[in-house]
Amino acid sequence: MALQEKYKELIDTATAQGVNNLNVREQEGVLYIDGDASGSIKQQLWDTYERLDPNYSSGDLVMNINSIAGVTEGSKLKVTTNSSNLNIRSGPSTDADIVGKAARHEVVTLVSKANDQWWEIKTDNGAAGYSYTQYLTPL
Amino acid sequence: MKNLTMKTTALLVALVIMGTTFTSCKSGPKDDAVKAAVETALLSNPHIAEAAVTVEKGVATISGQVPDDATKADVDKTVAGVAGVKSVVNNLTVVPETPSVPVAATDVLTNAVKDATKDFPTVTATVNDGVVTLKGEIQKANLQKLMMALNALKPKKVDNSQLVIK
Repeated sequence: MALQEKYKELIDTATAQGVNNLNVREQEGVLYIDGDASGSIKQQLWDTYERLDPNYSSGDLVMNINSIAGVTEGSKLKVTTNSSNLNIRSGPSTDADIVGKAARHEVVTLVSKANDQWWEIKTDNGAAGYSYTQYLTPL
Repeated sequence: MKNLTMKTTALLVALVIMGTTFTSCKSGPKDDAVKAAVETALLSNPHIAEAAVTVEKGVATISGQVPDDATKADVDKTVAGVAGVKSVVNNLTVVPETPSVPVAATDVLTNAVKDATKDFPTVTATVNDGVVTLKGEIQKANLQKLMMALNALKPKKVDNSQLVIK
């Protein structure tokens, strides 16, 4: 229960912000917080986490706030890489061949979700394949 | 659940053995037989995680933990139905079961971690028994992004205490 006290502010914020399917459990010295929320709530929770545990260095919390659970096939996604183009690959892995690129800030279409890390997308130019969801932001 | 059931069975077996060893000297032979019958009856209920039985002059006292009120009520009925039990003192406490946190399989996690750290070539990540250990160095501005990505992969834990943050 000690970890729930350490991260009380985080849990309270998640509750107050209406995180869906919120699940808080403590097991073998690690607190697990799971749920679905918008990208802005996810950001707020991560900023709170960083304040309570600077640099996340304690290794006592695994927080998985899914901000892409509600995104449906056919949705438009913006490419939000730091600076480079986004690789489009033949399969859901960095081992798969690069079959195309999407420019930074280009808008692409979600075809299907392979998993939470890899989505099949297509560009308006006809390039299609799998890209890493971390660099895709739902519009 | 399989694990839990095995644990339950092992516990009950242990309790049965302990019970017979410790109480046989102070209770009469009839109480001992009733106690054994009660324990056998309780073994058939898979929801009872921990229960200890004592029988004295036909009064069966049950203590321990059950996951819900329904199981506690079931125990009352089960024990009361055992021949030789005159009354039941049900001291069971209700402790809800918490399912264990799902952790990704090592090969799945290893591949996913490789993908997530690909854009941070100065970071090395190793996966051992669900624990992701980070070494090397990273710009402070990229740390949150990396941690968000790793936390989404169902690891048991992410240990970045050896990662140098610049």
